[in-house]
Amino acid sequence: MSLLKVKDLHAAVDGHEILKGVDLTINTGEVHSIMGPNGSGKSTLAQVLARRETYTVTRGEILFNGKDLLKLKPEEAACEGIFLAFQYPVEIPGIGNAYFLRSAMNAMRKYRGEDELDAMDFLPLFRERVKLLEMDDALMSRSVNEGFSGGEKKRNEILQMAMLEPKLAILDETDSGLDIDALKVVASGVNAMRGPERSMLVVTHYQRLLDYIVPDFVHVLIDGRIVRTGGPELALELEEKGYGSTETETRQALPV
Amino acid sequence: MVTASTPSGSYLEVFDEFRNLTFGQDPVWSRNLREDAMAIFCESGFPTTRDEDWRFTNVASLAKTNFHRAVKDEVSLSAQDLEPYRLAGSGFELVFINGHFSPQFSTKENLIPGVRVSSLAEAIRQYPERIESHLGRYVDNRRDAFAALNTAMFEDGAEILIRRRAVVDRPIHILYVSAGSNRPIMIHPRNLIVAEPQSQAAVVEDYVSFGEAAAFSNAVTELVAGDDAIISHCMIERENDSSSNISTLRIELGSNSNVASHSVLLGGGLVRNNVHPVLAGRGAECLINGLFIGGGRQHLDNYMLVEHVSPNGSSRQFYNGILDDQAHGVFHGRIIVHKDAQKTDAKQTNRNLLLSDDARIDTKPQLEIHADDVKCTHGATIGQIDEDALFYLRSRGFSAISARRLLLYAFSRECLDRIDQAPVRIIAESLIQQRLVDIAPATRYHAEPISQEQSLQNLEEVG
Repeated sequence: MSLLKVKDLHAAVDGHEILKGVDLTINTGEVHSIMGPNGSGKSTLAQVLARRETYTVTRGEILFNGKDLLKLKPEEAACEGIFLAFQYPVEIPGIGNAYFLRSAMNAMRKYRGEDELDAMDFLPLFRERVKLLEMDDALMSRSVNEGFSGGEKKRNEILQMAMLEPKLAILDETDSGLDIDALKVVASGVNAMRGPERSMLVVTHYQRLLDYIVPDFVHVLIDGRIVRTGGPELALELEEKGYGSTETETRQALPV
Repeated sequence: MVTASTPSGSYLEVFDEFRNLTFGQDPVWSRNLREDAMAIFCESGFPTTRDEDWRFTNVASLAKTNFHRAVKDEVSLSAQDLEPYRLAGSGFELVFINGHFSPQFSTKENLIPGVRVSSLAEAIRQYPERIESHLGRYVDNRRDAFAALNTAMFEDGAEILIRRRAVVDRPIHILYVSAGSNRPIMIHPRNLIVAEPQSQAAVVEDYVSFGEAAAFSNAVTELVAGDDAIISHCMIERENDSSSNISTLRIELGSNSNVASHSVLLGGGLVRNNVHPVLAGRGAECLINGLFIGGGRQHLDNYMLVEHVSPNGSSRQFYNGILDDQAHGVFHGRIIVHKDAQKTDAKQTNRNLLLSDDARIDTKPQLEIHADDVKCTHGATIGQIDEDALFYLRSRGFSAISARRLLLYAFSRECLDRIDQAPVRIIAESLIQQRLVDIAPATRYHAEPISQEQSLQNLEEVG
């Protein structure tokens, strides 16, 4: 069954159209990757799916789990099961990491009509996931992302994902700025979350991450459109030949 | 026309009435202190916005209003009325209603060893010499007309003596309740806190209102920290929006003493918070920490004057402001390093968040350095709520309102974290949380999303 159905999506920021007709279907349990050169609209797609209001959807529709996603606020989309792992996680001085996570979990539980977790219920779960991501306990009592290294921030995003257990996890360039060891830890955290109930959309510029998180489908996004779709082997081909070849092919293929 | 600088005749009349009624019986030194102060006040009048120190704060309304002395026992409050204002975990509470000491609501038996807490009026009668040696010795009436007015007209306040080496682990709470009257009233609270060498204590000066009646509180606190004393003072302003509150905290720091001044300004219509530490002894340390949160048409002015007189002193000023609606905040941070105060380390930071287009902040650092081996830094920022942080929180399930509140709370936390005494921090935190509920109201964030048609139109116009 399709979890996410994006049809002819056009989106603009400050009047500039960035997405120019994206079609994408993700079924439950599938891992998709969106690849593309800088400025092709990858991050815009990720942000639109997370309902960032800076982006205006000018045409098209998005169905998430049968619901009209474009009618939802960011917090509602989150509560419905969309999680965006940020490319640049925000530092929030003054708010403790654990408090933040528990509040986020409880906001979602409340939305679903479930009982809130108290600190006692939360802690064992939290510690288990912290361990999975090989994170330093000390970081967890600090303010959200404050003073974290790039790698620690990305791990913290995956930790949040592991705690919030979304239906669709969108990883926006989670590999950027990570060394190979950190990349492996992050990837194993992500892989531990893979399952028949969860779908993922991995947005990346480089194929490297896909060695560790092997997708079911790879899409190439160029100039606001998906121009090619294939299996994991497409990522390898892109790594070898670059986006240039795809771009040329596309230009020839599409009526201008 | 009455200008701001001319006190309305009523101030003199009230002073005359006051002299006839009460202070005629005071010791000579105290009468002289008052008469001198009144003479100075009449000569200088209220400051105007032409005065550099008052550029951003107009006190004409105070000059023009005919305020009256609050009559004792004019309002009757029950213990139950006061219950919500008690400070949990305090070691001693002194309650003043419309400026008059209220023994029935104050702690009756002093169980704190090494500490004397009483009403100042009572202390002047009982220990006149002791009080004379401190009272009015630190504030400068010539510099500050409001301090002069207070010195002339004060009726009561707290007198706290912390004896040598006494360590008071629970805060002393001074509660000033303005309970209204059928006419505008003025109250001139006067506190004297003397901490002898090596003593340690915390004092909370707390201003609250009952009902919506206007009151003018004009407070002066002289805090003398002896050598090696460790003292914390917290001013909480949570009066109603029709009230005016002018307060001066004058701190005299002895050698190696350590004084923290915390200000939490949440209420009051017109508020001026003067904090004036003088690092008189060598190696003194002073923390000046504050948070002001204003909405509506509140005017919250923070005037800091930090004077380094002796070598090796260090001062840290941190003030955070949050302003919404048409609120106006002022931060004036002046640091004077006198010529003998070598190796001074002075730092000042003022950060502000403006939540609406009509909110306003004037921030003004002023360094005056006469020594040549010092470290002085200052910085001020003015910004809005970080949209990226807001989206980050919302993407984690926080509603727009709770995300906003959480970010404002986080901004306030910096100040709370600097308050060492748990009971003080807890009350400050709960008052701030309450205030943030008012300041980030639910209604504002239900703006209609832009419809698809509209956005298409916009796009066409651009394209």
